[in-house]
Amino acid sequence: VELAVFALFAALALVSAIVVVSHRNPVYSVLSLVVTLVSLAALFVLLGAPFLAALQVLVYTGAILVLFLFVIMLLNVGREEASREGSGRLQKIGAVLATLLFGGLLGSLLWGRFVGFSLAPLTEETVAVRPLAAALMSRYLLPFEMTGLLLLAAVVAATVLAQRPTPRSGPGRGGRS
Amino acid sequence: VSVPVVWYLALAAALFSIGAVGALTRRNGITIFLSIELMLNSANLAIVAYARVAAERAGELAVALNGQILVLFVLAVAAAEAAVGLALFIAIYRNRRTIDLNRLTLLRW
Repeated sequence: VELAVFALFAALALVSAIVVVSHRNPVYSVLSLVVTLVSLAALFVLLGAPFLAALQVLVYTGAILVLFLFVIMLLNVGREEASREGSGRLQKIGAVLATLLFGGLLGSLLWGRFVGFSLAPLTEETVAVRPLAAALMSRYLLPFEMTGLLLLAAVVAATVLAQRPTPRSGPGRGGRS
Repeated sequence: VSVPVVWYLALAAALFSIGAVGALTRRNGITIFLSIELMLNSANLAIVAYARVAAERAGELAVALNGQILVLFVLAVAAAEAAVGLALFIAIYRNRRTIDLNRLTLLRW
């Protein structure tokens, strides 16, 4: 059963990943990236990380990709790019490059010591979320708080960058200089 | 039947290659951004798989948590990066009316 689930979601992830990089319209790219990320979430469940799977669905497909969709529709880039995008030669070179890179990575994997290493079946202890929360709140507390700070900085930076440029910013509101 | 762990790593390698080539050959800024997100996610998959292997080698389940927490931070950083990057695209689009990377040659030497 585990093998079948893995094969299903791996194939789904691969096909939709190829669609992501090869489709002309960015809206379809975003939508197929949603499929890729959801199947990766299913693989996270298989690997015994259900919390990460939930987080993947919530943060990536729920927040980041919706943001992408907003920006694409705001900028309206879909039709403009379609005419000039992707000559056939470039795509062929790309496919050859991808095969070469994948071959290299796969070779280094097969060279390594993980061939034939099968994971033990999942148990109740493996998938428990409570130790994760405990580690996050004790041992990794400082990086956790710094992540919060980073997100705050990103929000401020995004607001400043995407703000409409004001020609003469008044004294009360700090416009972009 | 359990899945050999090298399959997960091979899948991560395949997704990474696809994303890398997409980032190199496309011209649309948004699509390049999506390819980079794909590469980040393939790295996440590899990290979780390696964390499981390390936990089983050490015979201690808590070892796998280190990898999972690393993936959690990668998710947070990816969110921040997407917000700032898309804001940059909006600012560029306001000035130049395009995000075709072949036309944004202001910094080219």
